[in-house]
Amino acid sequence: MGKVLMKGNEAIGEAAIRAGCLNYFAYPITPQSEVAEYLSRRMDEVGGVFLQGESEVAVGYMIFGAAGCGARVFTTSSSPGISLMSEALSYITCAQCPAVFVNIMRGGPGLGGILPSQGDYFQATKGGGHGDYRLFVMAPASVQEAVQMVMEAFPIAEKYRNPVMILGDGLIGQMMEPVEFPEDLVVKPTNKDEWATNGIGNRSDDSPNLVKSLFLDPVQLNSHNLMLKAKYDRMRREDVRYEAYNTDGDYRALIVSYGTMSRVCRTAIDFLKEEGLEVAMIRPQTLFPFPEEAVRDAAGKAGCQVAVSIEMSMGQMVEDVERSIQGRCPVEWYGKCGGEVPTPEEIMDVVRGMLKG
Amino acid sequence: MQSEVMFAGFGGQGILLSAKILAYTAMEAGYEVVWIPSYGPEMRGGTAYCMVIMSDRPIGSPIVKNPMHLVAMNRPSLEKFAPVVKPGGVVLINSSLIPVRSQRDDVDELAIPVNDMAIEAGSVRSANIVALSAFVARSGVLSIDDLRESVKKEFARKAKLIPLNMEAMDRGIEAAQNA
Repeated sequence: MGKVLMKGNEAIGEAAIRAGCLNYFAYPITPQSEVAEYLSRRMDEVGGVFLQGESEVAVGYMIFGAAGCGARVFTTSSSPGISLMSEALSYITCAQCPAVFVNIMRGGPGLGGILPSQGDYFQATKGGGHGDYRLFVMAPASVQEAVQMVMEAFPIAEKYRNPVMILGDGLIGQMMEPVEFPEDLVVKPTNKDEWATNGIGNRSDDSPNLVKSLFLDPVQLNSHNLMLKAKYDRMRREDVRYEAYNTDGDYRALIVSYGTMSRVCRTAIDFLKEEGLEVAMIRPQTLFPFPEEAVRDAAGKAGCQVAVSIEMSMGQMVEDVERSIQGRCPVEWYGKCGGEVPTPEEIMDVVRGMLKG
Repeated sequence: MQSEVMFAGFGGQGILLSAKILAYTAMEAGYEVVWIPSYGPEMRGGTAYCMVIMSDRPIGSPIVKNPMHLVAMNRPSLEKFAPVVKPGGVVLINSSLIPVRSQRDDVDELAIPVNDMAIEAGSVRSANIVALSAFVARSGVLSIDDLRESVKKEFARKAKLIPLNMEAMDRGIEAAQNA
């Protein structure tokens, strides 16, 4: 199949189907309602299920139920909707069920606005729900990358038995770009007999499986948390992803940026290069696990005077950038939120300004 | 080489569709392309605008301060975007609805009565196709024959509208060449 011109939201829906996910529960919210609109038609065509929940709270637990039964399942929402699902995310993670959540972020806090934002970085990478849990968080910067990440999210969720979150912003959902659906990312069903409540009928072992998040015994709960932590440490070892841009030669500043914002930064870097000012970028493709080593190494390069975290939020990712760099060079932040996306010219001014004195 | 085209007008003037047809034509011609709608809280009758970026290299920023070209279908759009068009770009003005001009002497200004031409072609609803064709003919960003194929494809499921839109295209192209 050749390239097709598709809106990000529709491409995300199609990608899930191509990845073998035939269960989609959701509740509409701008700017991602086109996913549900698209899948309400497509799921019927491919014999899958689309069910609109009565609220995002309900959707969260529909996902929990389906995932606990061993079904491949996903949902999409936008910021306020993800807040409502956060309780379920904590439960699902504790009960170790694989599922995929897509957050097409809009401006917050509160009802905020409907335009693109990256204000849910903390919520996605540090919690949102209660307890010591982590999501595997991927951040696409194009419609094609959103397709790939959605398709890859299912095997990652199943590898770790942990929810994966795709963190996009309103522009990723609303833009149209040419996309291809890679055949090699089609995911075969995996055997979940060891843990899923998928019926004892076909299993050789006749002991029932139990999916739960209640551990009243403190010793048992501690060891459960240690086991979860071991999974998050394994994510850090095995599945960190990032893209390095213009890092080969010498450079005077390092930008760390993700998603739509990173594309604006890439153009700013190209323009600054024409002026003779070299700037590099690390673009995290996984926000958890964060590419700590790559950021640290890039910031520690001789000649790099400053690292700047550029985000459509009020200084969230910058904390991970500081933590990664560990004082090897000064760390700054620049950002805007509420739906205004900085232009390349604005980023150029910011970088030039930081290099002045 | 990258060029950006800003389509702007009232909601209901077919802004998003004409931008999509341009984006599709560019993709089929082998370009990298991004179609970026305004999706703010505007309602029917409000302003609608949509940017198409095409390039022979991967496209970085989808946010562009100074587009290369402008297709303005109503007055607020012209007033908002004409000052930011890059020098040398095409500024198409729908003179059926816009009594003023761009006040720029460093752009290629093309003022044509898009709505009236569409009515003559058979329906005012083809105004977006008149404007799109005139723009492509004037700017030369893509081939007119390729554009014709895309318009036919877009209306394939409403085939009875194809003759109307071909007529709209012919009028747009002719106006661009004679103006």
